[in-house]
Amino acid sequence: MIKIENLTKAYKAKGKTIKVLDDVSLEVKKGEVYGIIGRSGAGKSTLLKCLNLLEKPDTGNVIVDGIDLAKISKKELRLARQQIGVIFQHFNLLSSKTIFDNVALPLKLQGNHSKEETKAAVDEMLKLVGLTEFAHKYPSSLSGGQKQRVGIARALITKPKLLLSDEATSALDPQTTASILDLLLEINETLGITIVLITHEIEVVRKICDKVAVIDAGKIIEEGKAFDVLMHPKEPLTRKLIIEETSDMYLEQVRHFYKFEKNSGKHILLLSFVGETTYQPILNTIARQTDLDFSILRGELDRIKKMPFGQLLIEFNGDHNSLGKACEIMQGMGVHYEILH
Amino acid sequence: MALAAINDILGTLDWSEINQATLDTLFMLGFAVLFSTIIGIPVGLLLFLTNKGGILQNRLVYSLLSFVVNVLRSIPFIILLIVMIPTTTFLVGTSLGAKGTIPPLVVGAFPFFARLVENSLKEIEKGIFHMAESCGATTWQIIWHILLPEIMPSLVASITVTAIALVSYTAMAGAVGGGGLGDLAIRYGYQRFETEVMITTVVLMVIMVQVIQFLGDFLVKIIRKK
Repeated sequence: MIKIENLTKAYKAKGKTIKVLDDVSLEVKKGEVYGIIGRSGAGKSTLLKCLNLLEKPDTGNVIVDGIDLAKISKKELRLARQQIGVIFQHFNLLSSKTIFDNVALPLKLQGNHSKEETKAAVDEMLKLVGLTEFAHKYPSSLSGGQKQRVGIARALITKPKLLLSDEATSALDPQTTASILDLLLEINETLGITIVLITHEIEVVRKICDKVAVIDAGKIIEEGKAFDVLMHPKEPLTRKLIIEETSDMYLEQVRHFYKFEKNSGKHILLLSFVGETTYQPILNTIARQTDLDFSILRGELDRIKKMPFGQLLIEFNGDHNSLGKACEIMQGMGVHYEILH
Repeated sequence: MALAAINDILGTLDWSEINQATLDTLFMLGFAVLFSTIIGIPVGLLLFLTNKGGILQNRLVYSLLSFVVNVLRSIPFIILLIVMIPTTTFLVGTSLGAKGTIPPLVVGAFPFFARLVENSLKEIEKGIFHMAESCGATTWQIIWHILLPEIMPSLVASITVTAIALVSYTAMAGAVGGGGLGDLAIRYGYQRFETEVMITTVVLMVIMVQVIQFLGDFLVKIIRKK
């Protein structure tokens, strides 16, 4: 669906050249929800704008649906853009137009649609986002979540194959964020639209992304299936983005505390388990088959997209042989473990 | 008592001349507002679109246009009236009367109005342009379907402000042979010491300004129905 090859983009400011994108390559397959996550200023916004060429890259190719956008004429580019829906952090609705007219705008700009056609299409979209009864209201009377739904309806009315999301939930509260993410996921599944989104919120990736790229200082530093990247981040920055500060602090404290308890027979392990293993009685099995005692220091259960996963911080009490045996059992059950102490 | 005195004064006035002068002022005002708007909107749009960050960013065009607008705005209107006499004669055949006042009125008002338009456009969120371009809109479509509808309420408010400024401009034109209420005030009220005429013309212009402001506010309210 999308292939980006060796994209670079630099700005000149005060005589200095700042590389916003530094040799970025990535590929998004049809039907995927692809997340690009990074801190502010990492270059993710520029990268997204390159996908419909609102920003012209200095070098590199942007191939969307088989067309290299950097190589076509202005007119062709306009037509190509009509096949790419975009939703924005600040919604960008026209305050002078009703919800109906806001959603109808892309069709109006395309021309060649009759009034009946337009009305049928707008009605369908408003139904999809659950705002049918708001058709004749103005944006100022809507809440943030409703405005974003209008934005989504407007982005989808031209039946695009690709939807770009520019921090679409960053201006919304957590509950509204969740409902918008659900809607995006529903759209992705029922209409088969490929979604590329940029965000600085790991929750967004956790909830709906199939794949994720972590961008920092204009470079993609880690990329892969959302599940793998989230569960086993390789780069320190990725870890920082993913692991909430509180849980990171907690781990630090535990490490600090046990530093002084050398050779006490206590071992601290961080267990991560995914999918079906999440529901298996792992600790019970270990306790029965070895003579290890255990206590749970901390635990969480969550989902990444639809995959359940859990993480447990366990203190095992026993000798090294028993610990080795426990590790074997865990390996056998597909549990990922990290010995912290 | 007071009412009788006012009646006395009103009775001594030459109403046919006052009526004619009022009509002349309205005639000048109408055409001046019309042409200032017709010229001012495109100039304001061009100023905005060619400015830094605009979708037609062009430093040369912007600097040139901005310079011309500033020059026109810095010429005192009374001077503009005189400087423009040959141009006015060329355009409408005379530099006298109501007709001869319209061209300088337009030249005096459209740069002011264009700046008001430019300022209204600056209020539009930058994101709207990203949205429009993402939809594959042409520049013309952005102007027609997005910019003009978005600034419509402030456009009407700007026309109101301009029209009111023009009321006093029309009066000033009376000093150099323009028609209308200003002309009347100067010829009768100032040169012949007929204070009643002076007061009447001032009262009429106050009423005119009030009505324009009321109509403008009313229209803005209708447009801003959201």
